[in-house]
Amino acid sequence: MLRLATAGSVDDGKSTLIGRLLHDSKAIFADQLAAVERTSRERGEDEPNLALLTDGLRAEREQGITIDVAYRYLVTPKRKIIIADTPGHVQYTRNMVTGASTADLALILVDARKGIVEQSRRHAFIASLLGVSHLVLCVNKMDLVDWSAERFAEIREEFRRFAMKLTVADLAFVPISALHGDNVVQRSANMPWYEGTSLLHHLEEVHVASDRNLIDARLPVQYVVRAQGFRTYAGTVAGGVLKPGDDVVVLPAGFPSRIREIWGPGGEPVDEAFPPQAVTVRLDDELDVARGDLICRPHNRPHVGQDIDAMVCWLTERSTLTPGARYTLRHTTRSVRAQVHDLTYRIDVNTLHRDEAAESLSLNEIGRVRLRTQAPLLFDSYRRNRSTGSFILVDDATNNTVAAGMITEPSASVVWHPTAVGRSDRATRGMTVWLTGLSASGKSTVAAELERRLVLAGRPAYRLDGDNLRHGLNAGLGFSPKDRAENVRRVGEVAQLFADAGLVAVVSLISPYRADRDLVRARHEAAGLAFLEVFVDTPVDVCEARDPKGMYARARAGEITGFTGVDDPYEAPAEPALVLRPQDGDPAAMAIKVLALLDRP
Amino acid sequence: MKGGSAMATTYELSPLRALEAESVHVLREVAATFERPALLFSGGKDSVVLLHLAAKAFWPAPVPFPVLHVDTGHNFDEVLAFRDRAVARFGVRLVVAAVQDDIDAGRAVEETGPRASRNRLQSITLLRGIAENGFDAAFGGARRDEEKARAKERVFSFRDEYGQWDPRNQRPELWNLYNGAHRKGEHIRVFPLSNWTELDIWRYIAAEHIELPLLYYAHRRRVVHRDGMLLAHTRFVTLLEGDEPFEASVRFRTVGDATCTGCVESTATTAESVITEVAASRTTERGATRADDRISEAGMEDRKKEGYF
Repeated sequence: MLRLATAGSVDDGKSTLIGRLLHDSKAIFADQLAAVERTSRERGEDEPNLALLTDGLRAEREQGITIDVAYRYLVTPKRKIIIADTPGHVQYTRNMVTGASTADLALILVDARKGIVEQSRRHAFIASLLGVSHLVLCVNKMDLVDWSAERFAEIREEFRRFAMKLTVADLAFVPISALHGDNVVQRSANMPWYEGTSLLHHLEEVHVASDRNLIDARLPVQYVVRAQGFRTYAGTVAGGVLKPGDDVVVLPAGFPSRIREIWGPGGEPVDEAFPPQAVTVRLDDELDVARGDLICRPHNRPHVGQDIDAMVCWLTERSTLTPGARYTLRHTTRSVRAQVHDLTYRIDVNTLHRDEAAESLSLNEIGRVRLRTQAPLLFDSYRRNRSTGSFILVDDATNNTVAAGMITEPSASVVWHPTAVGRSDRATRGMTVWLTGLSASGKSTVAAELERRLVLAGRPAYRLDGDNLRHGLNAGLGFSPKDRAENVRRVGEVAQLFADAGLVAVVSLISPYRADRDLVRARHEAAGLAFLEVFVDTPVDVCEARDPKGMYARARAGEITGFTGVDDPYEAPAEPALVLRPQDGDPAAMAIKVLALLDRP
Repeated sequence: MKGGSAMATTYELSPLRALEAESVHVLREVAATFERPALLFSGGKDSVVLLHLAAKAFWPAPVPFPVLHVDTGHNFDEVLAFRDRAVARFGVRLVVAAVQDDIDAGRAVEETGPRASRNRLQSITLLRGIAENGFDAAFGGARRDEEKARAKERVFSFRDEYGQWDPRNQRPELWNLYNGAHRKGEHIRVFPLSNWTELDIWRYIAAEHIELPLLYYAHRRRVVHRDGMLLAHTRFVTLLEGDEPFEASVRFRTVGDATCTGCVESTATTAESVITEVAASRTTERGATRADDRISEAGMEDRKKEGYF
């Protein structure tokens, strides 16, 4: 089963595409088609207007637009497809959010003549925000650009560049003509240059099952069944896999127990329950469990708290979201009072710019808020779990659903997962050796020699080289003081993990600012890990004379700026564990000096 | 190694089981959050599936709400007998709201003429039944694939104090977080089968061995051609000039008021053979057999606005 949401601006041909998809895959029945033909004829149109298949309301037909989300069903031999047909016209964001909330895949339509427009970017952003990990960009009206491969490639590249800023796991592009049916159900003869599959084929084949969270076991109790003298708990599995015999804990009270039996609807025994199964569970102990409680594994619990950070989309034109307002918040099977504490920022969905001065959210606007709830919620971040990370706000005055919310990772209350293995359980003790100095000072050569000798001696070690890390972990960071600080912070975190795992992390990084290095040292010390700072003190003229990568020459020529030692300062360590100077000998000799330091008790 | 390798666990539900899970979730949600829900039961296949799902959702306890039958007085005898059997088997309380009572009391005026139908009057009786019993939620078996106005329907459909549906002012429905908030006098129509298609219903009937009124399977009966449909020749149908009743092997795709529910020629006598027939059919069930949908382009939309389910 595939759930998809459509998006696209007005007149990009969305309703026509859906109509075409249904028509060409024979999902349209003769009487429906006859009705469309009759209406089209009455309106003086030559061809049956396939958009009429989906525009079902009187007002939609009168105005030729789509007003509200409609759901369509397409059954192919390979898949059942549920289409949330969301209008691109009025109140686009609200409807798109609604459709995308349950979608595995979003289908975004663009007009080949117009290319990527604001609306396309907005829809892609919303899909990404709502956790829709598969996107298909349909470049429509290819017939009106002479089936141009170049035009298609141009649009594809522009969209790809934009999508890099978003969290989209899977991106596909299909050039189509919804009006004529090219590449919708059948491959088109008009675009022989296109090597991909038809849209329908893609929808049938795309793999979406892995998008569910099968790791964190979560069962929000929905309904308590009392029968045959005992209580059972019914609910829809929101994450992970639950089995009879599993040790569990019931939150928020924290009662420990064990799953005795699990049944599917009607009492069919279940060996393994996973999302989105609706099950009934019996525990070993008779506990006081109620709707709104949550069953999970003892060592894998959701966050429990009353302060919630979330992205919200405001859904109503009748009011705005402002700090101080109170609503009913519905989350899994809980319903609690909530107050808006703070609007952190409003996001411009076209530019992705954050407006931190914003004071309210109105219809279709998206922003980050902090809420305080009257009773604790049992939640995960939306990114981790759509079921336990989502909520709606209901206005008590009108009973309307006014906002859709996605919980972000709680910053202040990140839970540090305890480990079953202590540091003393490991075979080796780890530490970090941090070599700092100018470019071409010889840090990496010493580090390499040190790593080699440690490994030879049977001591697990790994070299973290600044240049190498900038290809992977730190790709995307520049050389501004801020980026350099972040670079050092990340390398420091990785080194600390290695050290904690029992390795000697050998870091060679210019790390020119003392404050950044001191932060890493402080983090290590707080974690009880040794941090040895080694200053490779090679004078700048010696470094410049070596200049193996030609960097000094380029800096002197003005080709690069902000180069440490030339036009950017280097702050030497105040109290290094060791200083290595050129007169200390070759890299091997230097490595031995460091080794001696390591072996000191 | 022949047959010895362990099946890789994919943790995937079949489409039918995914639909079942979704419907069960909705049924439980309503039972947990409303005070007086009721299930609209006509004896038609969708409401039979709905009752079956309700029994599964609350197992091992009985269904925790009554069923409401809006009785037009023009029922097929087989369906009434089936209704009573089903109610007894599931151990649920039956509440009947009769159209005849509204006609007798002058609240509803019966159509006249040979094509007269009580279908439109059902809305009046339904709303009275809901109000008199103080129901705050009413489950219906409607599916979004049935009709274009129904494709726009929410799972939780808010109805104002007049029972009206306002398609331009529906509550956004996100994730599986349904908003059933309402004031006294208002109510929510709940459609747990929203995402099912006719074929899904039949596949489920076959998979679960669900008993249906025998009208749904091919049988011989006297019929008459009317408006491009086959109408069963019952005591409720007045013959028009030129009408020549004849006997044929037919079955019903929907079961409603006998005056406007047509049948189709068929030889399908089991759920499996019906599935084959439905899968190959080129007309919708309503297009084939419901006269009431042919009134206008927006016939269903208009009736839903009046309070129809």
